[in-house]
Amino acid sequence: MNTTIATLKKGQRALIKEITSDIVPLKLLEMGCLPGNEVELLQIAPFQCPLYLNINGSHLAIRKEIAVHIEVQIIK
Amino acid sequence: MATQIKVSLIGNPNTGKTSVFNLLTGLNQQVGNYPGITVEKKEGACKISHDVKAHVIDLPGTYSLNASSLDENIVTELLLDQESEDFPDVAVVVSDVENLKRNLLIYTQIKDFEIPTILVVNMADRMRRKGISLDIPLLEKELNTKIALISARKGEGIDELKKLIESYRSLPKKRCLDALSFEQEYFDRLQKTFPDQSLYKSWLKITQNASFKNADQRDEAIDSEVETKSESEFKRLQQKETIKRYQFINDVLKKGLIVDEKSATGMRAKLDRILTHKFWGYFIFFVILLFIFQVIYDWSSYPMDLIDETFSWASEAVKTVLPSGPFVDLLTEGIIPGLGGVVIFIPQIAFLFLFISILEESGYMSRVVFLMDRVMRRFGLSGKSVVPLVSGTACAIPAVMATRNIENWKERLITILVVPFTTCAARLPVYLIIIALVIPNEKIIWIFGYQSLMLMFLYFLGFATAVGSAWVLNKILKIKSKSYFVIEMPGYKIPIFKNVMINVIEKTKAFVFGAGKIILAISIILWVLASFGPNEKFNNAEEIISKQYVDLSEEELENKVASHKLEYSFIGYAGKAIEPVVKPLGYDWKIGIGLISSFAAREVFVGTLATIYSVGSDEEETIKNRMAAEVNPVTGAPLFNLASGISLLLFYAFAMQCMSTLAIVKRETNSWKWPMTQLIFMSIFAYGVALVAYQLLK
Repeated sequence: MNTTIATLKKGQRALIKEITSDIVPLKLLEMGCLPGNEVELLQIAPFQCPLYLNINGSHLAIRKEIAVHIEVQIIK
Repeated sequence: MATQIKVSLIGNPNTGKTSVFNLLTGLNQQVGNYPGITVEKKEGACKISHDVKAHVIDLPGTYSLNASSLDENIVTELLLDQESEDFPDVAVVVSDVENLKRNLLIYTQIKDFEIPTILVVNMADRMRRKGISLDIPLLEKELNTKIALISARKGEGIDELKKLIESYRSLPKKRCLDALSFEQEYFDRLQKTFPDQSLYKSWLKITQNASFKNADQRDEAIDSEVETKSESEFKRLQQKETIKRYQFINDVLKKGLIVDEKSATGMRAKLDRILTHKFWGYFIFFVILLFIFQVIYDWSSYPMDLIDETFSWASEAVKTVLPSGPFVDLLTEGIIPGLGGVVIFIPQIAFLFLFISILEESGYMSRVVFLMDRVMRRFGLSGKSVVPLVSGTACAIPAVMATRNIENWKERLITILVVPFTTCAARLPVYLIIIALVIPNEKIIWIFGYQSLMLMFLYFLGFATAVGSAWVLNKILKIKSKSYFVIEMPGYKIPIFKNVMINVIEKTKAFVFGAGKIILAISIILWVLASFGPNEKFNNAEEIISKQYVDLSEEELENKVASHKLEYSFIGYAGKAIEPVVKPLGYDWKIGIGLISSFAAREVFVGTLATIYSVGSDEEETIKNRMAAEVNPVTGAPLFNLASGISLLLFYAFAMQCMSTLAIVKRETNSWKWPMTQLIFMSIFAYGVALVAYQLLK
C-alpha cells in the first residue's frame, strides 16, 4: 500500500510527492498542497475523518476520501 | 465635482478583509444580492480626502481566481469584465501577516491583470508575538506594488491605505512574474488567437469555461476558436501554473520575511488539543450550545414581552386617539400587530447572530465543523449544518439564514429544507396547552412525569425528523455540486467588537426588510378575512347576540359577539369549509380556523382559540378549562381527548405553518420552488401522520 496523507499517524511529518489524481481539488493545491511541500498531520477527528493538517504553513482540514489520493514520503 | 475612485477588496477568507472594509466604510455600507444569485454583495462609501471619495466593494473571500463556487466566481467575473460599472480603478488585496505565503497566490493572479494594485498586510499587531519581521521596501520592489501595513484590530494604518488609494494612478501596473512560462507552444497559440487581450485573461476565461461553467453557460466563441483540452489536462497546467507562482512567492519571502520560530507562542496547538479532543471537544461544544440555547430561549423573552406589550399598547392608544372606522381597525388590528409580528423576532435573531459571529470571528466554528463533519455527512449534511440545526430550536428564520456559509449547494439546500422540522419556540405555546389538556399530569419515575416526557419526546421527534428527511433528500435530490470539503482552520483570535456588531445589525436588517414585508402582507390578509363576513349573520352580530342573550354583562356580551362574528366571517366559513378535511384527524371547524390562522405563525393558534371560545383573555388556565369543556357533537365525548390531542401535537410538529420561514427560504434559495416544496410535502406529511395517529388511538 502506498503511503498517503490518510496513512500518516498523528504528529508525523511528510513530503508531498507527485499529485496525479483528478480527485484532489485545485483549491487544495492552491492552498499549498503541492509536490515537495511539507505536511504534518496535527489531529484526526473522531471516526477517523476529517484530518487536520499543516500544509506548508497553512492549517486546514480535509476529508479522508481526498487524503487517500495524496501520496507522501515520511520524513519524521 | 468630487472624484469617485472604485475600489475592490480582494483576498483569502480569514484575512480580516471585512474588518478592513468596516474600517474604511464604517456604517456607511449596504448589503444586497448579486443579481440572480444569493451571494451577498457588500459595498460602501469611504471619504478618502476633502474632495475624493471611494466606492468600496468587499468581494467574497477566495483563495484563487480559479473559482469553484458562485461566491468565488463573482471575483473572477468582475475582473474579466472591464465594461462592468464595478470594475475597480484599484484592487486592494488583503493578506494576513501569518499566512502571507498562501495569501500572495491570489495577489500574483490579480497582478496579471495589470491594474493598479495595493497589497494590505493585515494583523500587523500579531507580528511581534509570532516572531515575524518584514522587509517592506524589498517586498514592495519584488512584488512591484505599494504595501500598507495595517492592524484592523487596533485601527492602525488605515490612513496610509487611504493615501495609497488616492494616488492609485501612480501605482505600478506591471505584473510581477510570468506564470505561464511552460507548455510554450500552447500558450503561444493562445496568445495569437486573442492578440488583443493579455494571455492570462484568455487563459483564465478558457479554464473557467471548462471547469466551472455548466454546458449552457459556456462561451461557445472561446471553445470554437481554441483547441480546448480535457478538464484534467487543464488541471495539470493549472497545477504547473500554481507551482510557478509559489516558486516566485517563496523566493520573494525568503528575502523579505523572517520568522523567528523561538519567539512564536503556541496558543493554537494548546487550544486545538482541547477543543478538538474526542471527548472534551464534544463536551465543550455541548456546553456552549446549552448556553446559547438558554440565552435565545430565555433572555430574549424579556425584550420580546416588551415588544409585545409596546405593540398592544400602541394599538390601544391609536384606538382611543383616532375615531373608530374601518381604516382605524385595519391599523390597530391588522397593521400594528402585523408589524409587531415582525419586530418580535428581532431579539432572537440578534442574539443568535451575536453568538454565531463571535464563534466565527474567534476561529472556534471551524473546530465545530471539524468535529461534526463525519457524523453529519451520513445524513447528507455537512459539518457546517450543525449551527443551523441547533439554531432551529429557537427559530427557523435565523437558522435558514445561518446556512449561508455552507459552500456545497446540495448540503446547504438539504439543511434549509429540513431545518423547519426542529422544534422552534413558536411551537411551544401550542404544545404546552395541548399537553396540559390531554396528557395526564402523573409522575412515572422520580420527577419525570408523562407531560414533561411528552414535551421532550416532541423535541426529539423534531430533530429526528430533520435528520431523517435529510437522509431521504440526500438520496432523492440529484444535484451535482462540485465542492470539496476543504476548510481552513484559522488561528484563534479575540473577536473584534465592531465586526460582530455590524454583522448582527446587518442580519437583523435583512430579516426585517426581507421577510418582514411578506409577514406584514399576510397578517393584513388574515385580518381582512377575520373582520369581514359575506352576509347579515356577520354584519348584524351585535343585534343577534343581544337578542339571544339578554342577561349578560357587557364584557361577556362583547366576547359572545366577537366569537359569533368570527364564526360568520370569511375565515369562519373557511374553517367550516375545511371541516370535512380535518374531521378525520379529530378536529372540528373551530380548530380548523386555528389551523388556518396559525399558518401565519404557529403561536397564533392559542390566541385564535381564545377568540373562538370567547374567553376574552388569553390566560392559559382559562382557555384550558374552556377547551376541556368542549364536546364533540358527534360522539358526545370531550373534543380534546388523547387521540385528537396527539393528532394535533403531531400535526404541529410536522406542518410548515410559518409564512416567515417560507419567506426567508424564498429569499435564500431565490425561487418559490423550494418553499412551495416544503409547504406541500410538510403539510401532506403532517396530515398523514396526524390521521394515522387519530385513527389508531380513537
